[in-house]
Formats: sequence, structure tokens, C-alpha cells
Amino acid sequence: MKLIFELGAEGRGMTLMPECDVPEYTLPEERTAPLHLPHVSENELTRHYTALCKRIHGVNDGFYPLGSCTMKYNPKIDEDMAALPGFTQLHPLQPAETAQGALEVLHTLGSELGEVFGMDAVTFQPAAGAHGEFTGVLLIKAYHTDRGDFNRTKIIVPDSAHGTNPATAAMCGFQVVNIPSGADGCVDLDALRAAVGPDTAGLMLTNPNTVGIFDKNILEITKIVHDAGGLCYYDGANLNAVMGVVRPGDMGFDCIHSNLHKTFATPHGGGGPGAGAVGCKEFLKKYMPGPLVVENDGKYGFEYPEKSIGRVKMFYGNFDVVVRALTYVLTLGKSGIREAAMNAVLNANYMRVKLKDTFTMAYDEICMHEFVMSLVDLHKETGVSALDLAKGMLDFGLHPPTMYFPLIVHEALMVEPCETESKETMDEVCEIYRKLFELAHTDPEALHTAPHDTPVRRLDEVGAARNTILRYTFA
Amino acid sequence: MNIPAELKYSKSHEWVKMDGDVAVIGISDFAQDALGDVVFINLPAEGDEVTAGEALGDVESVKAVSDVICPVSGTICEVNEALADAPETLNSDPYGAWIIKVSPVTDTEELLDAAAYEAHCAQEG
Amino acid sequence: MGSYVPTTAAEREEMLAAIGVKDLEGLYRSVPQEMLLKDGGLNIPEGLSELEVREAVTAMAEKNRVFKTVLRGAGAYRHFIPSVVKSVTSREELLTCYTPYQAEISQGVLQGTFEFQTMICELTGMDVSNASHYDGATAAAETIPMCKDRKRTKAYVSACAHPQTIEVMKTYCFASNTELIVVPAKDGKTDMDALRDMLGADAACFYLQQPNYLGQLEDAKAIGEIVHAAGAKFVMGVNPIACAILPTPREEGADIVVGDGQPLGLDTAFGGPYLGFMATTNAMTRKLPGRIVGQTKDVDGRTGYVLTLSAREQHIRREKASSNICSNQALCAFAAGVYMAAMGEQGMKQCARLCTSKAHYFAAELEKAGCTIRYKGEFFHEFVTEVECPNCRKKILDALEAEGILGGAEVDGGILWCVTELVSKAQLDRAAAIVKEVQ
Repeated sequence: MKLIFELGAEGRGMTLMPECDVPEYTLPEERTAPLHLPHVSENELTRHYTALCKRIHGVNDGFYPLGSCTMKYNPKIDEDMAALPGFTQLHPLQPAETAQGALEVLHTLGSELGEVFGMDAVTFQPAAGAHGEFTGVLLIKAYHTDRGDFNRTKIIVPDSAHGTNPATAAMCGFQVVNIPSGADGCVDLDALRAAVGPDTAGLMLTNPNTVGIFDKNILEITKIVHDAGGLCYYDGANLNAVMGVVRPGDMGFDCIHSNLHKTFATPHGGGGPGAGAVGCKEFLKKYMPGPLVVENDGKYGFEYPEKSIGRVKMFYGNFDVVVRALTYVLTLGKSGIREAAMNAVLNANYMRVKLKDTFTMAYDEICMHEFVMSLVDLHKETGVSALDLAKGMLDFGLHPPTMYFPLIVHEALMVEPCETESKETMDEVCEIYRKLFELAHTDPEALHTAPHDTPVRRLDEVGAARNTILRYTFA
Repeated sequence: MNIPAELKYSKSHEWVKMDGDVAVIGISDFAQDALGDVVFINLPAEGDEVTAGEALGDVESVKAVSDVICPVSGTICEVNEALADAPETLNSDPYGAWIIKVSPVTDTEELLDAAAYEAHCAQEG
Repeated sequence: MGSYVPTTAAEREEMLAAIGVKDLEGLYRSVPQEMLLKDGGLNIPEGLSELEVREAVTAMAEKNRVFKTVLRGAGAYRHFIPSVVKSVTSREELLTCYTPYQAEISQGVLQGTFEFQTMICELTGMDVSNASHYDGATAAAETIPMCKDRKRTKAYVSACAHPQTIEVMKTYCFASNTELIVVPAKDGKTDMDALRDMLGADAACFYLQQPNYLGQLEDAKAIGEIVHAAGAKFVMGVNPIACAILPTPREEGADIVVGDGQPLGLDTAFGGPYLGFMATTNAMTRKLPGRIVGQTKDVDGRTGYVLTLSAREQHIRREKASSNICSNQALCAFAAGVYMAAMGEQGMKQCARLCTSKAHYFAAELEKAGCTIRYKGEFFHEFVTEVECPNCRKKILDALEAEGILGGAEVDGGILWCVTELVSKAQLDRAAAIVKEVQ
């Protein structure tokens, strides 16, 4: 397929703007370098993007069981509400009195999510999950710095954590202490006890954890860290398993980030924009990024926390993403939120039991909203790896589960069906997974060379990294 | 696994050859195999000080990055700049594709001989 | 059903039986019982039908005032958005897909991003661009780790950068324990003498916004020379529309270029989502944070696209990564790509010229109306007029508001006006007349 730069012809374009109705002004020093952009008609442009879209598989196309990504259905009402001119046409710096509805959106979702999280204050300023992690860990840093305790230089992270966790801690100037997970995939309490001390700033943890298990020792874990003087940060990537059932605030966490584009159904858009809501307990509120939205007698305004860590982004965050999440939360409400979580867990367990006779489950017990399969044995027997099996799924029009994460499971495939999948879909998918398992034994070569039916087949990633071509070069 | 007898090895899979008072350093066959196809190496500069047990640079594959731990302390007297354009030689010729030369050498880590290193690899692998 | 769950009660029973659990609560048996929310559950309202939700959220939208004429910029710019942009970005496939980890079924996203990267390079004159960052301010903040090394540890920023950009940089520097020093302004531009004096052997980088927050065009080339003479890196934060008609940051000597792509087809949307872009020279490619798309071949020799240079990123480097960024603003980058393709070189230049022509016309009209233009230097599409007191400013802005016009932004002792191609001569004349009446 051609790049857009390879289409069109000099002289083609679109008539988009009128002639200048004031005297033309020329700046004294103007650009002389060429500016190569496409010369395409609207028809060519639209066809190009239509062709690109035919080469994309989205949630709207089919089952998308990416573990830890929560690819649930993206409701269309959310899109309609986000497109309202009363939201899209607002300037972020227009007077608060003229944007009361926008402030109401931020405030309403903030208080409702505060309830879901078990937190006392919520900000939507971070633009993504990792950005939310950064904000949450900065709250911890600000807390210790404010108390004059400069010895707290370490953040504890389990080895099962998502790569963003240690990266975030390092970005915040902390040393990362990795603690090994137990054989059950959960936090090894002895390892944790050995790791905490007067230099512990905090712990970053997700619960359920990255292998889809709810760590039943969670109260003990947060107590160990608190007793040592540290704070506990909750990575909300897996909130979909427990929202409305348990609150992170009740598990002993002091601050949390949540991915609105996972748990609260805002679309992933190919990798963004999302939003990383951050919540905290009352004692951390003074450090939150500003401004926060406050309400007095039905009037909304902004307030800057007295010891704020400062801004993490311009303006108030990805506002139009928040609109979508608010629409979703208003739709689900008290019962719907709980129902979504419980059905997410139901679906994951259903697929797990249907597959456990064929595939090796990394942890053979009740899981939360996702489960991990290990293909180590299959690989030994047939030479077919998790990657090969995943590529085989592409030929069935299925998006594969998450591959090779978490790092503590070898040849991992992590499946998260979400609550918005039907029983028939899951039955069909399990059938296909079983077929592929058989194929691994009868024709492993077919899987080594899969996929066969996609617009491109396996790509040379080594070549891409060694001889980088990161842009089109014009003649 | 290729483990030339005349070289010394570190537990973190680097090899060292003493050429007079110059230490020649690279990564072992075990290391390049574990990394997979090398796509890039972050090289230090001539004149840089190195410390035994600390990273002198790192090697990237598509799926991983690995520190190269310097087995000796001293000053880098030569860097194999050719690796910048052809990092894949670390895979095809790990013992020929030296990374840095250090002289004078002021300190050395505890190193293993070929037999001890082979045993160490067997344990790890 | 309000939770988009298709499972019926009968199906639920079947599934629970297959799992071997009595009821849904049974699935949570490993959760300490004292933590479980009781049937009272969450203290939030019950869910609503789609019809009711539509009414509730629309009511919130209607409480906001949409100004017909906007003369305020200050980091968020209302521009004309061609219909094709939203037509493309509302497509289901683009909207609902995830990060293109499975390249074979994501070629559309990957190719679109490759095209975006190319266009950013063209606009800025740089060699390589990443797949985007959260916004211009966070992109600016993340240039600092790119420039720091063992000896060069201090970051510098012009006082004429957007105050919120400086705030975000301060936050990131608090995080990384980096000293951030603000170089003072003089007559609405960076004080070059102060800059020369302040940059020492431990300076890592200097950030210049072009055009700057006050709308002024800085002498970027001369500043670049000062920065390089001190051995530091020159980082420019630019307005992408202005790039069409200004000398490229590359020509001005920039090592890294960042900015916010919001003017490229994104609504002002009360502050987000916007679009950070980051571009640099070949030499600094591996220092770029964030995703990057590269071109390659598949097993059959066909051209394809993949996420590449992943060894820079958090999922591989973990605590050794220079940034924790895991995502990008993909859909926004797509919108920007469509915008730039629809506009083409001719459209981009026309848009930029309309902005600068109308802004200069409006400045002249305001002068005729009795205003004083504060800074005498050249400007792109924003400029400041003096006000004698905050009350005077309030009178002007209120009078404009009464006629559906959002006036300029409040700056110290003045108003920062912005004119884009959306404002007609008639609207500008009307605005100037209102200001004259109130003066």
C-alpha cells in the first residue's frame, strides 16, 4: 500500500479557506526550506485513510482479549456526548462562570470515582496511566520531602510489575527495590519484610496482580509498608476486576491511578488519548497537581492545593476523555459498576476452566478478570512458542492475548475477555485456541510461519532496529 | 556453547584477554545467544574511566537490553567503533568482536577460567 | 444491561456451574471478607438509561458558553478544522483499536503514524520524530533527560515560555532532582545577555518557545549560537502552524524540537486531549522517549511498519528507562496527519498568513482605538496591549463577552490577544469598536 506522499500530484489540493479579507502581512524573515506535504484531492485523501482503516483490527471488529489492557466495548453514546459543541468548542482559559458545565463534568466524575476508589480527592490532569503513576509517586515524594524526611530514597516494586512501575520510580529520583513474587504469583511477605526500612518511601502494587490473582494478604502488605513509614500506591490497571466490589482505599492504599481508557471504557484510539485519573487520601490532597475543581453552593471553581507538586500537564487533563468516562459512569451507576466487574471475573474464569484441560494455566485457581497461560511445555514438545500460537490466531481473525507479560511467567499468554463479551464468542474462541493447540502438534511449521492471511506477514523487527527508516524521504 | 580456553570470564558473561598490560574485553557466546539479534551497542569513549563491577555500556536487541559489566578498573585506551555500524558481529563473532581495551588496569574482579565458567553457565542455563 | 453485559441470568448459571462456584460473590472468596463492599455498595447514584444519560450530559454541555468569536490563544488555539479530519478519526477501527503490538493487523495505525512522523520532520526540518507525547508541555519537560549527562546537570528555560510549560518542567525537575533555572525576559523576549552569563559548563539545555508566550518572535538563531557556545543543547518549542512560514527550527540550530499539535485539527475542548510532538537530529534518535514507528519488510519482501527501537522504552529498560511513557496520543496524531494532508503546503502557508495578517490588522485597529501595543518586536499571531488597571481590563473583556466575543487572555498588566483565520474582518472591526467605546 502506498504512503500518502506517494499519491496525488502537484496542483491537487482542497479549497478550505477564503481569500484574506485584510491587507496581507508578510513577516520579515520567512521560511525558505521546502515543505513537503501531500498534494491530494479530498477523494484521494479519504480513500487513503479508508484503506488504512481496513488494515486495522479494533474492538469493534472482534474479540480483543489483551490481558492488562481491558479492551471492553466502547459505548457510542460516549462518543456523541464528547462531540457536543458545548464541550469541544470551549477554550480552557475562558472564565469559570462561562464553563460551569465543564467544571461540573470534572467535579461529578471526580466525586463518583472517589467513591469507587475509596479516595478523598481526584484529579484528571494526567494524560495516561503512566502519567498517572508519575503523579501518584510524586505525591509520595512530596509527602516525605515536606516532612523533612530525605532518607526515604527507595520504592519497592514486585518483579511481576508492569515496566512502567520501576520506570516511574526511577523518573521520580527513587532507587527501585525489586522483590521476588512467591510461587503463587503473589507478594512474598518475607521478602517484603526484609526489604522495608527507614529508607522506604513506598510500595507500588496492583491488586489483583499482573497474573490475575487477588493477593489475599493485601491488608498485611500495606500494613508492613505503613509500619515502616512508607506509603502505598495502587496501580489501577486491573481495577476492572474489583470496582464496586472492593475499594483500593479500603485495601490500605494511600493513592491510586486509574486508566479511564481501560476500566471506564473510553476508546484506546490506537494508543491514546487516554486519561490517568489520580486519587488520594485526605492527607495527600495538599500535594495534588493543581488546579482541583471545587464546588460551593452549586457554583464550581478552581482551587490550587497549598503544597502542590505543580502541574503535570497543561490545563486540566484530557477533558474530552473525561466526558466519555462520565457518560459511562452515569450509565452504569452503582449497580452497573459492580455488575461489570463481577461479569469480567465470571468471563475470565469461564474461559479458564474451558481451556485448562488443553492449556497449562500458570496459576490453577480462581482468577480475577484475567488469567495467564504458560506455553513452556508446548514449546518443549513441539517447538511452537507463545508468539507462534498468537500469530496463528491472526489467521482466524482473532486478536491475540497479551504475549510475554508478566515476566515471571515464561511463554506467557494473558487473556482478559472483559464483561462485554458473550458466552458464544468465548465458546468460539476457546474452540479456536484448541484447534491451534492441535495444529501445534500436527503442523508446527504452519504456526512458525503464521500469519498467512494478513496484509503483511511476520515483519523483520531486527532489520527495522538495525537499519532504521523512521520517516519517508522525499526525492 | 563456545568457551575458548585461553580467556578469563566474569559471572556476568564478559570475557577478558590480557595482551601485555592491556585488557581486551568482550561478551561471551552465552551472552550473545541469550540476547538474541543485537541491534545496537551503547559504547563508552576512549579516555573514560571504568570500574570493575560497573556497567561500561549496554547492548540492545529487539526485545531486551543488557548492561556490559566491566571486569576491570582502569582507563579505556581503545574502543571498537566498528561495532557501532555492525553490532551483529557480536552475535556472529563474540570472541573476535572485542568491545573495549583498558590500560593501565588498576583492579580486576574475581574471574573464572574456562572450566569454571562452563560450570557456571550450566548452572544458569 | 446498563453495564453493556450481554450475559443472561440463564447463561450466568451455566457458567458458574462450569466454574464450580455458587454465585458471583463466590468468585471473590480470596478477598478478605471485611473489605468487601456490602449490599449498600458504592455511595453513588444508580445507573440511567441511555435516554436519561443523554439528557443529563447534554444539560451539562448547555451550561457552557460557546463564544462565536475567540480572540484568546495562550496555548489553545481555535482553528478551522476541515470536515475530513473528524470523518477519518471517528472511524471505528481507528477509535477502538489498541497500541499496534500485533503489527500484522495494525498496519493502518502504524503507517498513519509513520506518515505523521514524516510530516512533523518536514514541518520542523528535523531528522526523526516520535509517535507523539501527551502535550507540548510534557514533551518540553521530557527533553531534559535527553540532554543531561554526568557533567551537564542543569536545565534552563526562558521566562518567555508559556507559564504552564515552565510549571510542568518544574514538576518534572522536582521528580528527577534536576535544577531548573529561568532565564529572565527583556522587552518581551529572552534576555540574551543574561542567557550568555548564566550558561555554564554544567548547562545541559536551554528551552526557547517560538513564537513565545507573549506572541513575540525571538532571535532564535542568535540564541542557538549562545547556547551552543556554552556546550549545551538548544531546545525549541514551536507553534506548528507558524512553522509553515517561519525559518525552520533546524535552520535556527535546534537540537530538539517540541510543541503542541493542537492547532493541527484538534478542538480546544477545554484543554484536552492535545498532542505533544518531539523531533530531533539523527545523532540523538536513541534518546527520544516514546514510541517510534519504523519501516521494514516482511518475510515475503513486502514493505510494512513496526514499533521500533523499543529497547529505549519502559517495558524493556524498566528502571533504566529515561521515561516511563507507555503510550502516545495516537488518535490525535492521526487527526494532525489528516489535517496536514488536507491542507498541504499551500493550505498550511495560507492558514499561517491569514493568522499573521489578521493579527497585524487587529493590532493596528486596536492602536487606532487608543490601545498601546506593549512589545515592539515582530509577532506571529499573538500580541499584548497595555491596560492601566485590572478593572480596565475587566471592563474591556466584559464588554466583548456581552457581544459573544472571548477577548484576549489576562497577562501581567495587559491583554494577550490572538487572531486566527477563523475571525473575519467584520468581527475584528466590531471587536475594535467595542474596545474603543470602553477605553
